[in-house]
Amino acid sequence: MTNSINEIEEAEVILATGSNTSEAHPQIARRMMTAVDKGAKLLVIDPRRTRLTELADVHLQIQPGSDIPLMNGMMRIILDESLADRMFIEMRTENFEALQEMLNKIDLAEVERITGVPLAEIRKAAILYARARRAVICYCLGITQHVAGTKNVQTIANLAMLTGNVEKEFTGVDPLRGQNNVQGACDMGALPNVYPGYQKVDDIACREKFSKAWCTELDPAPGLTLLDMTHSGANGPMKGMFIMGENPVLSDPLLDKVEETLSNLEFLAVADIFLTETAQFAHVVFPAASFAEKGGTFTNTERRVQMVRPAIAPIADCRTDSEIISEISTRMGYPMSYESSTEIMEEIALLTPIYGGIIHQRLGGDKWGLQWPCPDQNHPGTPFLHKHYFTRGKGHFIPGEHTPPVEPPCEDFPFFLNTGRVYHHYHTGTMTRKSEALNRESNQALLQVHPDDAKRLQIREGDILCVASRRGAIQIPAQITHAVAPGSVYTSFHFSETPVNRLTIDTQDPIAKCPEYKVCAVRIEKAP
Amino acid sequence: MEHILTTCVYCGCGCGVYLQVENNQVTGSLPSRNHPVSRNNLCVKGWQLHDFIHHPDRLTEPLMRKDGELVPVSWDEALDFTAKELTRIRDASNNKGLGVLSSAKCTNEENFLLQKFTRAVLKTNNIDHCARL
Repeated sequence: MTNSINEIEEAEVILATGSNTSEAHPQIARRMMTAVDKGAKLLVIDPRRTRLTELADVHLQIQPGSDIPLMNGMMRIILDESLADRMFIEMRTENFEALQEMLNKIDLAEVERITGVPLAEIRKAAILYARARRAVICYCLGITQHVAGTKNVQTIANLAMLTGNVEKEFTGVDPLRGQNNVQGACDMGALPNVYPGYQKVDDIACREKFSKAWCTELDPAPGLTLLDMTHSGANGPMKGMFIMGENPVLSDPLLDKVEETLSNLEFLAVADIFLTETAQFAHVVFPAASFAEKGGTFTNTERRVQMVRPAIAPIADCRTDSEIISEISTRMGYPMSYESSTEIMEEIALLTPIYGGIIHQRLGGDKWGLQWPCPDQNHPGTPFLHKHYFTRGKGHFIPGEHTPPVEPPCEDFPFFLNTGRVYHHYHTGTMTRKSEALNRESNQALLQVHPDDAKRLQIREGDILCVASRRGAIQIPAQITHAVAPGSVYTSFHFSETPVNRLTIDTQDPIAKCPEYKVCAVRIEKAP
Repeated sequence: MEHILTTCVYCGCGCGVYLQVENNQVTGSLPSRNHPVSRNNLCVKGWQLHDFIHHPDRLTEPLMRKDGELVPVSWDEALDFTAKELTRIRDASNNKGLGVLSSAKCTNEENFLLQKFTRAVLKTNNIDHCARL
């Protein structure tokens, strides 16, 4: 996020897109509701109806995968109404001419047709957003998990820069990071192309710095991404894997391929707290300590680095992941012996400029962590980004054209399938499904079907449906609801009994490599 | 009863939570009153944060596959075998055959250590996690 979570309360206009915020980020939804109570206008772009759309001043219920035409249409209206922030564009951005040229070619009737949203609604949203003095855009996986994910994000940036809605307090572009430490895992370089702090592995100066610090030669070529590894297949490059606290056998698309890869590995080691679907493929399983049994830090979606403190000693014979990694490393001839996570953070601070001033001693006491960038130990942290200038200098407009989903509905597979999360569960359910209280609230996935479709197909609430895509089929009970538009169905991926990722498509955004989880084509029928 | 201030493991909001501890058992979760995100409030998952910690299905000892079955072994056996296999595959594949998945649920320090291990010891940049999922 370029902003802090609490800044959302002070926004005049909130544009939430591709985010089921009240289910997936309850505290951020709470800020949005507070803002609405104070008079803020809430604009929601979502192909489904959600709790948030019920509170919205404008709900733009788009056809799946039509985000770019919608936002381009909004920008065209903003230009036509002379609501662009010309001063901001002049002083702080570049390549505006290219954007303007593209927008001028847009036919708004065509936008209405592709998005399925009445032009009057698009106009209302565009004008509200452009006129606001303080406007935030919150987006999530509904934007990124598309073949056009990167272009979607660039188009959001265009919209914010066109109206000068960045670089100020209460104003910005806020990707909501999903998992408790997904921000931190990225910051720490658990990515194939960067070292900690987004320092590139193929940059010779970065590589030499880490090579020197770690006293060893390092590979200059970026590595394989997650799906390149888990979809490697029986005869692919992967011969052995080490998996720490992840469950690709439920979370990745094209599960048959993931299972083929893992079952053909010469060696698989998994460290986890439970015997997950993935751990069942392993040759070695390490019992890991849970978050309550270890110290360290997590970084939340607003870049706040916060302490995790041990409440109890590791249960039974469990060990922390740090101990497990250090032991294996030492046995492979590269000794690692850290006194504690505090000492590891000191090494992180030395090598990672955005974490340069972050040490455990500064995170506790009367402080609630520190928000990076925090380059040195006197730096107070950074609540919002891009004050006075963008990281790269000037903001660069990258015009984006419509890229439709790769698998639209057709005669054989006439429904859009969208996937997501529910309030009571988290990711593959490894932890939440161990909670009696949470299971009492929600213990199975349901396939949401619109009443019109249900009537036509003679489906009743609770009927077991067979849902099939070109890649596989699952059985799942029906929920008849107006939450989905006619022609669309929706379910969550938390439940191993209904592994919806047998159906999803593995087509990825060519740059960010996010799979297109939000759109594929399926057919539904009552199970025999 | 002790109250230990920590950070929630569900979602990227990052609430400040107190774990209630009695006799080395975590028995409850409470929101931090002054934490800037939680502000004395948790979602339904946060209130149940302690539920899985002592669950009977927790893994409690290292397991190794022998004759097709995962069976309990000592830490030394599991660690030695892992180090031997990783070394063998790394060398046989000219540093190309190994891949590592790190975790968005683990700490910064653990993620840092695992990518360091992957790059410095396994000699590959084949490391990723479920950021895109």
